[in-house]
Amino acid sequence: MTDLNHIRNFSIVAHIDHGKSTLADRLIQSTGTVQDRDMKAQMLDSMDIERERGITIKANTVRIDYVALDGRKYVLNLIDTPGHVDFAYEVSRSMRAVEGSLLVVDSTQGVEAQTLANVYHALDADHEIVPIFNKIDLPASDVSRVAEQVEDVIGIDTSCAIAVSAKTGEGIRETLEAIVHHLPAPKGDRDAPLKAMLVDSWYDSYLGVIVLVRIIDGVLKKGDRVRFMSNNTVHSVDRIGVFRPQMEMAADLGPGEIGFLTASIKQVRDTRVGDTVTHEKRSCDKALPGFKPAQPVVFCGLFPVDSAEFEDLRDAIDKLALNDASFSFEMETSAALGFGFRCGFLGLLHLEVIRDRIEREYDIDLITTAPSVIYHVHMRDGTMQLLHNPADMPDMTHVEHIEEPRIKATILVPDEYLGDVLKLCQDRRGIQLDLTYAGSRAMVVYDLPLNEVVFDFYDRLKSVTKGYASFDYQLTGYREDQLVKMSVLVNDEPVDALSMMVHRDRAELRGRAMVEKLKDLIPRHMFKIPIQAAIGGKVIARETLSAMRKDVTAKCYGGDATRKRKLLDKQKAGKKKMRQFGSVNIPQEAFISALKMDS
Amino acid sequence: MPEAFGLYIHWPFCQAKCPYCDFNSHVTRNIDQKRWLAAYVAEISRVGAQTTGRTLNSVFFGGGTPSLMEPETVDGVMTAVRATWPTANSIEVTLEANPTSVEAGRFQGYRQAGVNRVSMGIQALHDDDLRALGRLHSVVEGLAAFETARGIFNRVSFDLIYARQGQTLADWRTELRRALDLGLDHLSLYQLTIEEGTAFGDRYALGKLRGLPDEDLSADMYEATQEICGAAGLMAYEVSNHAKNGNESQHNLIYWRYQDYAGIGPGAHGRLTLDGQKFATETVLSPGGWLNAVENIGTGESLRALLSDEDQFAERLLMGLRLSEGVDLAGSDSAQNPTFVNNINGLSDLGLVGYENQTLLATHKGRPVLNGILRSLLGG
Ligand SMILES: Nc1nc2c(ncn2[C@@H]2O[C@H](COP(=O)(O)OP(=O)(O)OP(=O)(O)O)[C@@H](O)[C@H]2O)c(=O)[nH]1
Ligand SMILES: C[S@@+](CC[C@H](N)C(=O)[O-])C[C@H]1O[C@@H](n2cnc3c(N)ncnc32)[C@H](O)[C@@H]1O
Ligand code: SF4
Ligand SMILES: [Mg+2]
Repeated sequence: MTDLNHIRNFSIVAHIDHGKSTLADRLIQSTGTVQDRDMKAQMLDSMDIERERGITIKANTVRIDYVALDGRKYVLNLIDTPGHVDFAYEVSRSMRAVEGSLLVVDSTQGVEAQTLANVYHALDADHEIVPIFNKIDLPASDVSRVAEQVEDVIGIDTSCAIAVSAKTGEGIRETLEAIVHHLPAPKGDRDAPLKAMLVDSWYDSYLGVIVLVRIIDGVLKKGDRVRFMSNNTVHSVDRIGVFRPQMEMAADLGPGEIGFLTASIKQVRDTRVGDTVTHEKRSCDKALPGFKPAQPVVFCGLFPVDSAEFEDLRDAIDKLALNDASFSFEMETSAALGFGFRCGFLGLLHLEVIRDRIEREYDIDLITTAPSVIYHVHMRDGTMQLLHNPADMPDMTHVEHIEEPRIKATILVPDEYLGDVLKLCQDRRGIQLDLTYAGSRAMVVYDLPLNEVVFDFYDRLKSVTKGYASFDYQLTGYREDQLVKMSVLVNDEPVDALSMMVHRDRAELRGRAMVEKLKDLIPRHMFKIPIQAAIGGKVIARETLSAMRKDVTAKCYGGDATRKRKLLDKQKAGKKKMRQFGSVNIPQEAFISALKMDS
Repeated sequence: MPEAFGLYIHWPFCQAKCPYCDFNSHVTRNIDQKRWLAAYVAEISRVGAQTTGRTLNSVFFGGGTPSLMEPETVDGVMTAVRATWPTANSIEVTLEANPTSVEAGRFQGYRQAGVNRVSMGIQALHDDDLRALGRLHSVVEGLAAFETARGIFNRVSFDLIYARQGQTLADWRTELRRALDLGLDHLSLYQLTIEEGTAFGDRYALGKLRGLPDEDLSADMYEATQEICGAAGLMAYEVSNHAKNGNESQHNLIYWRYQDYAGIGPGAHGRLTLDGQKFATETVLSPGGWLNAVENIGTGESLRALLSDEDQFAERLLMGLRLSEGVDLAGSDSAQNPTFVNNINGLSDLGLVGYENQTLLATHKGRPVLNGILRSLLGG
């Protein structure tokens, strides 16, 4: 157990790629927590998908020991957080477990949308903030410009800011000193009844569920019987320890400390992030306020390309959901695609990550249907239905009105691209809320419908700004609008997996873009194929895919019989990657690519 | 009509490798033709022992560039052939020739060896295009070689490659008419195919092979080819082969009719019925490897696989539907399969196939999309 005054707890927060995980590496390394020979870049990003994409998805906690320049020994608990907006929830809950934040700003880039979002979260959590201007080793680094921006845009004092290169290690010692001197020590009462915050939990195939806790008051020991206050379940603690970053067992954890416990818990669902952990016998009287659970906001259908793999898909989804409470699913049947699952995600990156993992770790080829949001469909009889899937849209004659989720989007963009960004937002039915400047950068705030953003907004934003814009959003609520269901007919057959909710005024544009895309995506067949978009019975866009005109092998002699036969066999196998609709084969990638808009 | 039987002999050497070519052809100096002859003779006797009693209807020297064979080599092979099988009176002996002057000098010798038909790789009637195709001959040289061949052999055919880079529909019509003006009775007209693993294939993959026709232009060119050749009396008896009646290549008909043929020489394929079962055979692909195998193991064969009924049915269709005469499906169980019948009906409704008296054929409209027809018929 460590004296409260010698503990500092902080999260490292920043916009994507500004160097949080690399900074964590240096802090871990320079304090000798991990031997040099065991270091690897972004060592806390341990999931395959994190290493492959070079991003952090899950927050990670590490305890390091630091002997300060004044000779005192400190225990520092750092939490490295993800930068991507989909995982903003990880950041805000991590912040609840600590007293301060290192706000990393890439000094070659400056303040970005998630920089701002994170500052707001940090202020909400009453954090002390130490700004870190990173990447000063790069020639494009401009610390004074960035400092000015931070003061102007965010309004925080940069006098205690530190210029750092997480790559070379410059400024790391100063960072450690600032942590010790500028961040507050935690408070807590060792003699009070145990009160600990359940910060996170995940499944480990050897140890069962591992629970990350922050002790507020009291002392947690191995063998203790603890109660999770939200559901009143009692568990016997069989292990206690800290992460360095490997698990290291400890005898106990006292106030201000962050560590883990295991207690033979089978499922992550039996633990609730934000819950209060106390002793069974001597309980604390008041639970912590808890966190709002992360809610999925983007929904899509996942179907196996090969319908025989449905059970394998169920298994894969079950396993992934075991460890990811923010991912929801339920069975879905589609006339076109057969059996599959309707799944909910925190955002598009989250969707991609889960889909990738299913395809790679479980080796199942998937068809992903159009991402959708949750609509509130108010019926004439006064009831309200939650619509996750456009295919389930009730008959319009029974519908009174439809509401859709809206977001507040914050976009930071260099001046020269502002016009394009405004046009994009306007095209996506946005309502401008604010527009301010900080130096040569503009900050625009828009009220946008989530359904216009969910799919390819971010890609479009990146492309119109050559990657110079950053984007962050929060859900704000529901609002009524003129929404209709657009169906797509291929060769006169409706393909339910391609239907989508659109705004009436945008329907024709979207319908046109969709049928044009499909015309390119569906290979020519032996006959011509009409492709139509329709609202109710009314066709709003139509294209015709002409019949195949030329596909014949020019030379075929004695040596080619085997080769041609094998090619046909191979194509037979390849056809499994297509889904047949009536007599038309639609390739799996068409379901997603058809939705991408060029504007 | 008794089933025909053919022999294919592969000569794997060329003077230069053409950038579009994915045949088993190699550029090598110092070829010991005596050694090669001995190996061919050994293989003829090996295959002969397994096919005793069969009458040979055709021999085909293919390549590579068989016109690089010394006449003595061809003569030695033909002598061995005649000593091994009874030959039909009408036996067709074809040799593929490249039209350079060097090779034309050997034609008389080939004729004495027993060659009675020559197929020449003229490829194009434009010098620029010949260069782009990596050919070593000019148009003038090619046509001169053709005239020489015509003076020596009764039957001379040539090959053209069309749908070349930058070629327009009008260009091709003119070029084809010029070819037909030569008064041919057989012509092979191939659309340029970009094959993987060739120089063109590599350039194509990098997006650097420009000016190739799109599907519509390529379809138009094919159509024009049918029209112009038809008007000249050279109907397409196969997808890319045109002949006046009675001048069809007997050897190639054996392939398309799915009759038996033996293949010798490196990388040669065969289809042989032995004891009532049909086998696919292959030989060692690399020239050196084949030679060694023949000399040291006593066989160049690297594979002999029994063909299942299903495989045979697929091969019969994919070869036979290339022919305007179609495929006789009488007595085939697979042809009774309800899905198959259903698919035929669907294709027939679209006007792509005809099915009468148990004979299935690709119509005029169907032939340019034969691969599509095969995919729907064979479930690919
Ligand atoms: N030159 C230089 N590169 C750096 C520095 N810090 C980080 N990087 C590089 O910047 C990139 C992003 O670094 P990460 O540490 O993964 O950034 P992050 O903020 O953790 O990213 P997310 O977790 O995805 O939000 C990597 O390529 C790092 O190598 C630095 O000080 N100098
Ligand atoms: C075995 S090849 C070559 C015969 C001989 N060596 C020659 O080049 O003249 C037979 C014919 O196939 C054709 N051919 C070869 N490769 C081709 C390709 N990639 N596309 C179209 N036709 C091709 C050429 O017309 C060639 O004459
Ligand atoms: S096209 Fe003929 S000459 Fe050219 S490499 Fe191929 S086989 Fe040899
Ligand atoms: Mg990171």
